[in-house]
Amino acid sequence: MKTVFEFTRGMLPEETTYCPGCTHGIAHRLIMEVLEEKGLLGETIGVAPIGCSILAHQYMNIDMCESAHGRAPAVATGIRRAQPDKIVFTYQGDGDLASIGTGEIVHAACRGEQFTTFFINNAIYGMTGGQMAPTSLPGQKTTTTAEGRNTEVSGNPIRMAELIATLSGAVFVERVSLDSPANVRKAKIAVRKAIEVQQKRLGFSFVEILSTCPTNWGCNPVKALEWLRENMIPYYPLGNLKCPEEVK
Amino acid sequence: MSGKVLMKGNEAFAEAAIRSGCRYYFGYPITPQNEITEYMSRELPKVGGSFVQAESEIAAINMAYGCAVAGGKVFISSSSPGIALMQEGFSFLCSTEIPLVILNVSRGGPGVGSIQPGQADYYQATRGGGNGDYHLLVFAPSSIQEAVDLMPQAFQIAQEYRNPVMLLADGMLGQMMEPVVLFEPIPADRGEDIPGIKPWALTGTGEKRPHNVIKSLYLKPEELEVRILERHRKYEKAKKELVRYETVGLEDAEAVMVAYGSTARIAEEAIEILAEEGIKAGLIRPISLWPYPYEAFDSIPDSVKAVVSVELSMGQMLDDVKIGCRGRFPVSLSGRAGGILITPREIASNVRKALGVER
Amino acid sequence: MAKGLVIFDEERCKGCELCISVCPVKILILHETKINSKGYRPASVADPGRCTGCANCALMCPDGAIRVLREE
Repeated sequence: MKTVFEFTRGMLPEETTYCPGCTHGIAHRLIMEVLEEKGLLGETIGVAPIGCSILAHQYMNIDMCESAHGRAPAVATGIRRAQPDKIVFTYQGDGDLASIGTGEIVHAACRGEQFTTFFINNAIYGMTGGQMAPTSLPGQKTTTTAEGRNTEVSGNPIRMAELIATLSGAVFVERVSLDSPANVRKAKIAVRKAIEVQQKRLGFSFVEILSTCPTNWGCNPVKALEWLRENMIPYYPLGNLKCPEEVK
Repeated sequence: MSGKVLMKGNEAFAEAAIRSGCRYYFGYPITPQNEITEYMSRELPKVGGSFVQAESEIAAINMAYGCAVAGGKVFISSSSPGIALMQEGFSFLCSTEIPLVILNVSRGGPGVGSIQPGQADYYQATRGGGNGDYHLLVFAPSSIQEAVDLMPQAFQIAQEYRNPVMLLADGMLGQMMEPVVLFEPIPADRGEDIPGIKPWALTGTGEKRPHNVIKSLYLKPEELEVRILERHRKYEKAKKELVRYETVGLEDAEAVMVAYGSTARIAEEAIEILAEEGIKAGLIRPISLWPYPYEAFDSIPDSVKAVVSVELSMGQMLDDVKIGCRGRFPVSLSGRAGGILITPREIASNVRKALGVER
Repeated sequence: MAKGLVIFDEERCKGCELCISVCPVKILILHETKINSKGYRPASVADPGRCTGCANCALMCPDGAIRVLREE
């Protein structure tokens, strides 16, 4: 028998403190698998956000820094200038990227910055205990929308992938999901293409990864996958919005 | 380039940064320092450096953090309201112990304030506008030449202390033109040397070393306190090694003025006006604002009857002057606000009032 | 003879059951009696003889607790 799957050495052995069933664990692993497979672990610098995944540097076996809330794309812009040959990515949640950080992500995409952003969209604020996110769905109950998100007060959720895709500097934009093995496999392909776009210095690459937050959604991890499938995917359609010829 | 050149302050500051080996600048336009941003946009690429016009000062300070974290020698500049936006970044940089040189060409405040010179960022610079226990290392030049000479020292101190250094200038210094002698350029760090010079920097592990992590979150309070105490040992060292000041005519003075930046030059003119009236006035000119030169005040003879803080503010330096005086002398303010430049005659009048001899 | 073999690191497992939900031959369960040092009932293989080595479980595991082998 041969090993067909083992934990990538891109992930450090330390057990994560993420909640049981939190798909951060899957997202982290996919990125690290791609970097390991491409021999890029020694060449990569990552930027962790404010959010549950501020702890990503405890688990990812690459040089990493924390950044202030929302500012990761600016931090990555600076890293890119000092280390022009390295692979640079930001890993950000909904508050970080779609709320406080909307300025930074739009301008990084506008400039066509040569790094990759992985956007973890789980329609809620995890770390701070379940408040509404810009990506929370209409009617979704959160700790700041106890009666459900009221679009007359809070507007409609932001589709970040579509927004970023309008900028010419963003050359690879795809939305994927971690709700099933088939979708996890597709997500990994998107992660790989995004990194390849960066390797070829074609422009800004962006992967929006629909994820779960069982604890703050108030359900068990398996139900959370179903909730994602039934509620998030209809609002946030999966698929590639932009892809350069060179990595198709 | 050697010999004297007539330069605008802002452009001289920028040239001095480049000559100090800086190759990265991230800026956002704001009056009265736009010449720095524009100069960098033209000149940095010529020496192989990188210029980015950021989308805001918040983005600029975070780009500077990212670049410095990855080993870059970075210079940024702004003016008072922009510096206000950067406060979170300063706290972050002090927490993560990352070197950076920041220049504030300060203007009248608060709020949008004025575009004329001010010194009302003293609290912001020395008491910290960001959260937590930290200090910027702050120096205040009073001439363009002094700013140019301080620049390479600022980079060296930032790197040695692994802490941001602020040069607190004002709109007058930024906009005026003076003859300047520029120093010979210091070579920039080569990329391949960075891991040796800055082993903590994020340069990629090469899969040859454990990963470097730059972080400021410590969930265990015991760990965070250890880090803060370590950092404060650096600040204690700074208090011993980085204090700088100048004194003029303290020995047989009746009154002593305390002033920094361009205001100190105006105060020197007041010394002459007062001398014509038979009043001996001296001057303490702090050059380091943090650490503050409290020791300079020990040289004030007991016979001095008044100490006057001269500032373009409502007296933000008064607390430090009083600490320096240790209750030995009455302390008062000779100040203007809102971007108005105080005149030598006004200062002289305030000194006379402080001495109780105003006509 | 099973085509595949899955090995669980019972200490890493948080009992989230994502693996159980995606196993196409439904051979995974939470251990009936064992509790790991974190307080979770770890996932475990109830019927190893039917494992196909598809690795769906490992793909969905957020904690790197699963290693999969397959016959060549």
